[in-house]
Amino acid sequence: MAGFREARGDLQLESVTKTFGDFTAVDDIDLHVPRGSFFALLGPSGCGKTTTLRMVAGLEQPTAGRVLIGDTDLTGSRPYERPVNTVFQSYALFPHLTIRDNVAFGPKRRKDKDAVKSAADALELVQMTQFAGRKPAQLSGGQQQRVALARALVNHPEVLLLDEPLGALDLKLRREMQVELKRIQTEVGLTFIHVTHDQEEAMTMADTVAVMNRGHIEQLGAPEELYDLPRTRFVANFLGQANTGVGTIKDVDGDHLVADVLGTPVKILKSRSQVHEGEVLFGVRPEKVTVSRKQPEGVGNDVKGTVRDVSFLGVATSYLVDMPSGTTWSCYEQNLDVEPLDLRPGDEVWLTWNPGHAFGVPVDAG
Amino acid sequence: MSALAPVSQVAGDPAVHPAPPAPETQKRSWTAYLLLLPGVLWLGVFFILPLVQLASVSLQSRYPGFPGYYYRDVNFDNYVAALTDYAPHFARSFLYAGLATFLAFVIAYPLAYAMAFKAGRWRNLMMICVIAPFFTSFILRTFAWSQILADEGWVVGVLSFLNLLPGGSIINTPVAVVAGLTYNFLPFMVLPIYASLERADPRVIEAGGDLYANGFTTFRTVTLPMSMPGVLAGTLLTFIPAAGDFVNMELLGPQRGKMVGNVINDQFLAIPGGYPVAAALSFTLMAAILAMVFLYVRRFGTEELV
Repeated sequence: MAGFREARGDLQLESVTKTFGDFTAVDDIDLHVPRGSFFALLGPSGCGKTTTLRMVAGLEQPTAGRVLIGDTDLTGSRPYERPVNTVFQSYALFPHLTIRDNVAFGPKRRKDKDAVKSAADALELVQMTQFAGRKPAQLSGGQQQRVALARALVNHPEVLLLDEPLGALDLKLRREMQVELKRIQTEVGLTFIHVTHDQEEAMTMADTVAVMNRGHIEQLGAPEELYDLPRTRFVANFLGQANTGVGTIKDVDGDHLVADVLGTPVKILKSRSQVHEGEVLFGVRPEKVTVSRKQPEGVGNDVKGTVRDVSFLGVATSYLVDMPSGTTWSCYEQNLDVEPLDLRPGDEVWLTWNPGHAFGVPVDAG
Repeated sequence: MSALAPVSQVAGDPAVHPAPPAPETQKRSWTAYLLLLPGVLWLGVFFILPLVQLASVSLQSRYPGFPGYYYRDVNFDNYVAALTDYAPHFARSFLYAGLATFLAFVIAYPLAYAMAFKAGRWRNLMMICVIAPFFTSFILRTFAWSQILADEGWVVGVLSFLNLLPGGSIINTPVAVVAGLTYNFLPFMVLPIYASLERADPRVIEAGGDLYANGFTTFRTVTLPMSMPGVLAGTLLTFIPAAGDFVNMELLGPQRGKMVGNVINDQFLAIPGGYPVAAALSFTLMAAILAMVFLYVRRFGTEELV
């Protein structure tokens, strides 16, 4: 059809900025999403992730910068000219059309002679064939979600955009759909860009996660990488839990930095710290911390604290420990030993961790 | 349907869904009836009773030689008279009301669309402008139109100057009547269309664009169908009162070639012994409108829409 642009290849955002009046929703971001990858834009509400998505869809135009797929510059083109489809947060199914006609809408606009056949195949893919004759209002949220997905997938877009598609579903259904979405993405091999504020969802589904905050991309990488080695305070806190403390770097000991935290020396691997002098925020993930009654020997990083709360979770026990610095740390111990630690609130404990598991980020950021 | 079958079985099983305690049900249903009572009484006294009275009057016969006096009877001649003598009046009523409805739709849709999607902070002001005419009386506004469209008025002046008015006059023509009807019932067209457009999820309209429909195609295939409940309500709210209206014809229309509302008005108030025919005309008009509305809703009905 007139105006439609074929484009193949990786999605690229080049120095894209979007302002609404005085408010900068997206501030000069660069993004490269390889063709066929499952990419997640993760961030709190208002961080600019949905605006970024809408600029890729063409529903918003960037104030500055370019949006490209492969070598084709799509900046300024209308949504219906782009080989991009969206699964909207509220599904946005056409209420006056049957499920079949909803899914066939895209192919019909593109004058696809096999529109009805394509729609049937897409409904098959999301296992909604038996509902083809119904209206959207007659379906549950989860079913509408599948239809919305089929309606976008049927067009074989170069990039499929998912705007918090699982946000309205209950936990069990959300888990199911996460697996389902991942299966479909592998099956069709399209580029998926998934916008979410749910860090677990982003980590389970995506190959690459970009963490956004205040219009910027804070960090981009594989989920394991982001969790293991956050580069900013925001990422450390947003992605999973982090036990943190502020210290001053006093010394270098081989590969390690030694920070002074309220008189206790704490070691961080040089390669795992973003700062090498002055103030540092060090952090350890809860499952990397070991809780013991007596001070262990030779490990190095150890701090004495007071147990505030113990929750037995079956496979693991979770402890909240008040630290001398005034913060509360969370520790997650697998129940491997026959003899339990049998800690009670008020007991004094030693927390230790391997310096190789700690990370250091700038104090101020985020 | 097959998916629903097990559900209905469960619902029908008393072991799964035991009946709620009786007193509770009793109390609830009494509350519901009490709440209904004022409305039912009102309708009974001011709608059902007059309707029965009108039906009985429509079947009465006149006392020969005593104009204005009639006796209870089952006389269908009144209906025959209504349909034979006044068929042209019915036709005119439906034609003028239909034209006015069409014109009101053509004017109201873009207005409602602009209010819903483009008005921004002007929306409330536009809404007030649509509703403002209701602050003056219907008769007064129609009377004002007789001034606007008068031979001495500027409308006729401008049109005559441009040689666009071969007849030299607008007032006392069917054109003036249709113009008056269109004007008077316009808000009843604007408001329901506006309500249905305003309620439409903007994301759904965006989805049209996202799925390769350009602006016009999105309007034709998404926005317009989604606003059909409003269009349906608006056309009914315009056509029904317009078809029975007599004020616009009385104040703006010609001396001959009246609408059925004028005939009913004259039969009731001006012609001695006209009551039975007037009642028969009223019933015929009501039945005709009901039949048309039924067919219209059957054809364009959108009850499945949310």
